[in-house]
Amino acid sequence: MQTKEFLRRLTEGVGVSGHEHHLSSVVLEALGPYAHRVEVDALGNCIAVRQGEARGEGGGEAAGERVKIMLAGHVDEIGLMITKIDEHGFLRIAQVGGFDPRTLVGQEVTVHGRRALPGIIGIKPPHIMSEDERRKAAKLEELFVDIGMDAAAAGEVVSVGDIITLSRRFIELHGDVVAAKAMDDRAGVAVLLECLRRLSQMRHEADVYAVATVQEETSFGGAITGAWAIQPDIGIAIDVGHAGPGLPGPDAMELGKGPAIAMGANIHPRIHELLTRTARECGVAYQDDVEPAATGTDAWPMQISRAGVATGLISIPLRYMHTSVETGNMRDITEAGRLLAEFCARVDRAFVEGLRWS
Amino acid sequence: MKELIRNFTQAYGPAGHETQVCEVIRQAVAGYCDRTSTDALGNLIAFRAGTGEAGGGKRHRVMLAGHMDEIGVVVTHIDEHGFLRFTNVGGVSPHVLLGQRVEFGNGRVGSIGTERVDEIKDLKHDKMFIDVGAKSRSEAEEWVSVGDVATYQRGLVEMGTRLSSKAMDDRIGCVIIAETLRRLKSCPHDVYAVFTTQEEVGLRGARVSAYGIDPTFGIAFDVTGMNDTPNLKNILNMKLGGGASIKAKDASVVVPPKVRDLMVRTARENDIPYQLEVLPSGGTDTGAILLTRAGVPAGCISVPTRYIHTPVETIETSDVEACVQLATKLLEGPLEL
Amino acid sequence: MELDIKRLADIRGVSGQEQDVRAYCRDLVSGHADEIFSDTIGNLYAYRRGTQDGPVVMIAAHMDEVGFLVRGVDKEGMVHFANVGGIVPAQLPAKVVRIGPSAVPGVIGTKAVHLQQPDERTKPFDPKNLVIDIGAKSKEEALKLVKLGDQITWDVEFGPFGNGLWKGRALDDRVGCGVLAEVIRSGDYACPVYGVFTVQEEIGLRGARIAANRIMPQIGIALEGTVCADIPGVETHGQVTRVGRGPAVSFMDGGTIHHPALRRLIVAVAEREGIPYQWREATGGANDAAAMSLAGAGAMACAVSVPCRYIHSPVAVCSESDFRGAVRLVRALVESIGRGELKV
Repeated sequence: MQTKEFLRRLTEGVGVSGHEHHLSSVVLEALGPYAHRVEVDALGNCIAVRQGEARGEGGGEAAGERVKIMLAGHVDEIGLMITKIDEHGFLRIAQVGGFDPRTLVGQEVTVHGRRALPGIIGIKPPHIMSEDERRKAAKLEELFVDIGMDAAAAGEVVSVGDIITLSRRFIELHGDVVAAKAMDDRAGVAVLLECLRRLSQMRHEADVYAVATVQEETSFGGAITGAWAIQPDIGIAIDVGHAGPGLPGPDAMELGKGPAIAMGANIHPRIHELLTRTARECGVAYQDDVEPAATGTDAWPMQISRAGVATGLISIPLRYMHTSVETGNMRDITEAGRLLAEFCARVDRAFVEGLRWS
Repeated sequence: MKELIRNFTQAYGPAGHETQVCEVIRQAVAGYCDRTSTDALGNLIAFRAGTGEAGGGKRHRVMLAGHMDEIGVVVTHIDEHGFLRFTNVGGVSPHVLLGQRVEFGNGRVGSIGTERVDEIKDLKHDKMFIDVGAKSRSEAEEWVSVGDVATYQRGLVEMGTRLSSKAMDDRIGCVIIAETLRRLKSCPHDVYAVFTTQEEVGLRGARVSAYGIDPTFGIAFDVTGMNDTPNLKNILNMKLGGGASIKAKDASVVVPPKVRDLMVRTARENDIPYQLEVLPSGGTDTGAILLTRAGVPAGCISVPTRYIHTPVETIETSDVEACVQLATKLLEGPLEL
Repeated sequence: MELDIKRLADIRGVSGQEQDVRAYCRDLVSGHADEIFSDTIGNLYAYRRGTQDGPVVMIAAHMDEVGFLVRGVDKEGMVHFANVGGIVPAQLPAKVVRIGPSAVPGVIGTKAVHLQQPDERTKPFDPKNLVIDIGAKSKEEALKLVKLGDQITWDVEFGPFGNGLWKGRALDDRVGCGVLAEVIRSGDYACPVYGVFTVQEEIGLRGARIAANRIMPQIGIALEGTVCADIPGVETHGQVTRVGRGPAVSFMDGGTIHHPALRRLIVAVAEREGIPYQWREATGGANDAAAMSLAGAGAMACAVSVPCRYIHSPVAVCSESDFRGAVRLVRALVESIGRGELKV
């Protein structure tokens, strides 16, 4: 499957946090051909494993001794959930993950009940708002979804707990720029495909676990339980980072300049060093990303899994995050995949042993 | 069951200080399980081995969780005149405390007082104090010390089919578990009924007990909100009398849809009244169990409750009965997702 | 080698860059533990085997301090920074800082008061507008002196202060590290003891979580520098702790409800040994005790702290006698635990 096609199918698909199973088959279909085995774990993480080459002669390394790298791109998207069907058939909603409610007003949505239904997020029309109301930003509790039915009819097709996604097609803008919902972080999952595809043509010692993690937007649940089960030596998260316009400071990342490689407390300095050195050696343009503390990505829970994991973070620059028109550059995605493949191929036991401080 | 509710809610057990209520619960369940134990954080674990016959299905290690701890107020300072300064343990609103009596573990009762506050919306814990009737610091120190915790004063009131008391959150969940253990006839699964600690301050007891038990399935029991008192203007679905509340989501967890569907199916097949629940704010032990080790399918059965985190938390007994029935039927079945 | 508290307090080590603190702490405990080792996040472990199998005691003090990181350099050569850990904006204006491994000096300057409008003077400075001036005139010139990700600390030196007090930069938690080093270097512990100098406490107890997962202790003791507000404008009941009244014992904080049995033992030991102590009269703020109490199947946890005025500001103040009292108290506590005197 081509990467852009994979990204299109992912972003047009439905996978609100906790409900990612709808996308499992697409993920496994795409990653499967480049993996030695695939599995879906207890919380729904899709895991594609590439076994590395055994070291030395005889190749009789015990399973516990193998070097393991976990790559995490989260497949869940933010969405909405029906909390109540009111007496007129309008649906009240709660967030699943962090939305800016102001961006929801007037959006077309899809309500995933017994069948998929179109809906509209409505609010009081401005003509009948007071001065005050017109100036204030909408709160989620004031919003509702209109599916054009009365309560009885609505009750036949939807129920409390059903999820709602934004309706948005994958859009190809000029150049390599694309826009869609859920680029955060399906762009990261697309990077996993790019990486595995290249790795399948390369030699590597480490076992590579490419994980499309779940529930990052709500609790980091997939990364927490996935890392616990896999017990990797190294964990690299592939997420998205804020790109301008309109960002303060001299440090915002830009579309089309390559993936951003993070440094900071959440990142092991030697992982940062190997990622940046690999990028320079392979001609992958990259940007710096200084993260003083928590990165807000799967790298955060991975780092403190069990007795510790050496972590790294690669970010795909993205404009308008957590809206329905998240915008990124396909080349940043393919280059990130190339960088990761080259990185994985350079990881060996000596490198892992060097990660422990003295 | 009403006596169980009375005994459990009236016991003393704020977060971090659950030993008294732990003993009350232990005595109530000892006869319906194989053994009881406590762990490092004071969780009470009642274990009951399963029969193993699930028609060829999986024999689960099921963890049931209801939290024993209640909210309270902790003494931070005793002043020279014997007034006790305090802050909250869990979600205790300063406005709800006005005019209340609070009770310490040794039975000492105090009245809540406040400094002068010109705007009532500015009232905070640090402007308030507890008056235990002492006239000096040394007199107060004979009865209480810094670090002691008091709860709302006790008292259970019956109002028709409704009951009102402090600590329905979550002693009612503990009652449901105890009553389920009592009624459970033949259960294929190994059941670990955990009466957890320190839920109100961050789901702490559930987190460590789930790690220790390593369950394959989890069901939490807690209170939930409702929308059937005047002008709440909230977006909740639940109401008293609507039956066992089956949770889809709260602030700590998105319940796996398969777990939620199993509960709905079981309720329908057994004609148990139920309602569906999304609680945007408020977390439960469910979230702690779900994220244990490599991940555990977990859900929650809730009791819609009025006036949560006040001394007059009110529930409908038919809802409680429905929760017990649903829990019992689930455990007697294969728990197949 | 004797503990040089000045040296320990002056070493620069913002969360994520504790290597120099670790090196000195390693020197302090060398020869005093059965095993000394580190891990991938940078915690330093000093393990004393004891003579019995349990209970396993973990004592944690964090090496990291709050500070800043270089996040960018603009075309005028000004260094843009980000906070690491909790620093209130009011602390920032008109301060001198040191950047990177060579401790390049810089100033966080603010508009001269002569040039401000009257209403500007009453408003707090917006931290987003503050930058560090290192004297460079361009981006290129600045990048010869500093790099992205360099740590930035206040430019403050440790020294004696007032009557029997100390003043210094990172007393939170170098005083804790000092107590831990002394506890490891002395005492007669029958139970196994892991003294862990942790990393990244200030940004989420990160090192302690990893260390506790590795060790799975039965008992955890956190050693901290804690809030002390015995200063004008604070009522007695809001002071939390007071300088000179002895080490502070916690009963509850933002991450832990300290185990009542452990608390009772601390008080009993303090009274038996004649060590003055005080309560930490607040419940806010978490520390490594939370990480230890929630590891695996759980642990009993407690915290003993040295009161420090003005923590998380450029210069803090504490009492030498409180520090010595903390050493005696923790040593006696662990000896007592080793003798089986902890009754749950």
